[in-house]
Amino acid sequence: MTQYIIRRLLYSLPLLMGVNILTFVLFFVVNSPDDMARMQLGQKHVTEQAIANWKQQHGYDVPLLWNNGAQGEKKITDTIFYQKSVGLFLFRFGVSESGRNIGADIKERAWPSLAVALPTLMVGLLVNICSALMMVLFRNSYVAKDGVYAASRSGSGAALEHAGIVLCVILMSISSLFYIIGGQFVIGKVLRLVPISGYDDGMAAIKFLVLPVLIGVFSGIGSGARWYRTLFLEEVGKDYVRTARAKGLSETQTLFRHVLPNAMIPILTGVVVVLPQLFMGSLIMESFFSIPGLGSYTIDAINSQDFATVRAMVFLGSVLYMIGLLLTDISYTLVDPRVRLS
Amino acid sequence: MIILWTDALIYLLIAVMLALGLYLRGKEHIQRPLQQIGCNKIGMVSLVVLLFFVLIGLLDSVHFKPADDKQNEIVSLLDYWATPLREHGEKTYSAPFATTLYSKEMMMLEDGSMQWGYPRLEFGGRHLTNPETETIPDILQKALYGWAQGASLIVFFIFLMWTLSAERYQRLTGNSTAKAVLAVVFVIVSCSYALIYLSGYYHVFGTDKVGEDVFYQAVKSIRTGLVIGTLTTLIMLPMAIIFGILAGFFRGWVDDIIQYIYTTLNSIPGVLLIAASILMVQVYMANHEADFTSVIVRADMRLLFLCMILGVTSWTGLCRLLRAETLKLREMEYVQAASALGVKQGAILLRHILPNVMHIVLISVVLDFSSLVLAEAVLSYINIGVDPTSYSWGNMINGARLEMAREPIVWWSLTAAFVFMFALVLAANLFADVVQDAFDPRRSGNE
Repeated sequence: MTQYIIRRLLYSLPLLMGVNILTFVLFFVVNSPDDMARMQLGQKHVTEQAIANWKQQHGYDVPLLWNNGAQGEKKITDTIFYQKSVGLFLFRFGVSESGRNIGADIKERAWPSLAVALPTLMVGLLVNICSALMMVLFRNSYVAKDGVYAASRSGSGAALEHAGIVLCVILMSISSLFYIIGGQFVIGKVLRLVPISGYDDGMAAIKFLVLPVLIGVFSGIGSGARWYRTLFLEEVGKDYVRTARAKGLSETQTLFRHVLPNAMIPILTGVVVVLPQLFMGSLIMESFFSIPGLGSYTIDAINSQDFATVRAMVFLGSVLYMIGLLLTDISYTLVDPRVRLS
Repeated sequence: MIILWTDALIYLLIAVMLALGLYLRGKEHIQRPLQQIGCNKIGMVSLVVLLFFVLIGLLDSVHFKPADDKQNEIVSLLDYWATPLREHGEKTYSAPFATTLYSKEMMMLEDGSMQWGYPRLEFGGRHLTNPETETIPDILQKALYGWAQGASLIVFFIFLMWTLSAERYQRLTGNSTAKAVLAVVFVIVSCSYALIYLSGYYHVFGTDKVGEDVFYQAVKSIRTGLVIGTLTTLIMLPMAIIFGILAGFFRGWVDDIIQYIYTTLNSIPGVLLIAASILMVQVYMANHEADFTSVIVRADMRLLFLCMILGVTSWTGLCRLLRAETLKLREMEYVQAASALGVKQGAILLRHILPNVMHIVLISVVLDFSSLVLAEAVLSYINIGVDPTSYSWGNMINGARLEMAREPIVWWSLTAAFVFMFALVLAANLFADVVQDAFDPRRSGNE
């Protein structure tokens, strides 16, 4: 097990290197630092001197990959690639284009992101599983006939299930932007139950968090419930369910005692993979509700074309994704004893 | 006629689809699922709605420079027909079917005195002399007139069909799916006739901040949505299919490299990769301004770039599915038999593997379409989507969002974007479901 984890960690190094090279190519090779300087300083009327100054200030005044002018090991270390990319591996994110310390910003902003994303995930999971279970239950409403349980679909149950699926598709077809705008308008503006947007430290944040969490859960019901329903249905068709029914368990008993635990395996592992990424926050949610998390941080960086911050966030995101993958593999062995890591 | 880049790709896409249709005609294993789709009421109705959208999108993809135009701008066929809508701009916001502006202004009366009030619109309801009393009867009358035009057109076609072949007509009307399709066509055509007729006299969905007709914007956005939904797939498919099949078939180091590539791409958060690439495109376009002479060419290039970027970020999912399926297929008896008989590897790939993974490709294409349309709106909201000057539902939402705080609120832009987007995405989702049921072997007999 430990050996496996160590190997996986080593395996993620070339992946991170790949991410780094990709971002490096995107940011520095496609467009030279001169282009970036011009972009930052405004397109028109930029003197060569101003560009040189900007590059000097932000450390872009060295060659890209290989410094011929330097001595010894500095040939490699005095380059943009080394200074801007290798630092990321040690989680030294450097300073943003506007001069702020990115590492400190990220540390500070990760918590509000988590405060929105974690409750959304948990409540959403509960609601989605419940509604999926309900649909499966309606589908398999059994009627007793001559002492034999016959698998005939009763009329009202099937109709309810069908209505559930149609509702899911309708909910899926609405853009998340409309959920947010609609929710803010109805709950925040018309009913005035909670503030429309904003954030506060500590427990005072709760009244700001209710609405984003609610909307986040609601906008995920459509696709979530439908997805879990297919997972449940896959389990329901298996042999052990038939055995359970054959020995006389009621439909609810089979569903809760046999189907649910088995269907939880794919559900749980699906959740584990996104757990680390919760820190990254949700881009739209945070900017609509002006929550000072990492999502809105990223949006601000994109809008102000702050390359250093975007680069740092890309790296952080991929690190978290890899941690998620590793956790998924480990959680497989924990919930499903048949799986062995090798 | 001027062919923009996205236009060319759309034509290519249509040509590919036609060729594929011809090639697959009469193939038994394709006929059965197609018939299953054809018998499904929901599937056919949503297909009709989709085709209606596609038709509008195609009309909007034929660009030319009008001969009599002095401004030397590129317009599409749709623009050309909607010239009154395009040119009937007001000063600022006005509500749907309104005859006056949304906000009060100082206005000059005929006798020279000044008054604080709602000025009349320049085009909306201009033909009315007394708007307070005449508006509603006039709207009803015009709507009915337009509706009757569309309805009579459909009735005429049904009549034509009946006279041409009474027998076939009988068979058609006996079928409940055909009836539903006919009803939907009737509703769509008659209602769009009514809307078109009304929009000549009123702003059916009001006007936006700079006084542009919202109905026109919403209709123009259809093309953007369709382009993103389809061209992205066109760009990503070759990559996903080739890499996926190769990785699954050859295994070994080929598999390692391809897995490495897609895990790397996957590990970068999608939005950030898109944002980074769009930032680069922006810098590139700012430095090569000479290549992008007109606004529409610029917007078109950016749309194409967006499709490419979305394609690059989204091929990994399909690639993984195809790899897994190929891994399974290569152990099948018929593939083993083919290689035992000395069939070349390339031939095995083309003749035995590729046709047998096509159902996965088809299903994922249809499933991806709606999510791409939805993604466009979100991306445009964070300013990394389509060009701000081009029409898209995301831009409409973005522009209207801040006006929700006004009193009374400006709701029409959002509503228009919502209605159009919802109709398209819902139709696509329903159709995707039906396609999946028909083509997925695991789901047949399940429902």
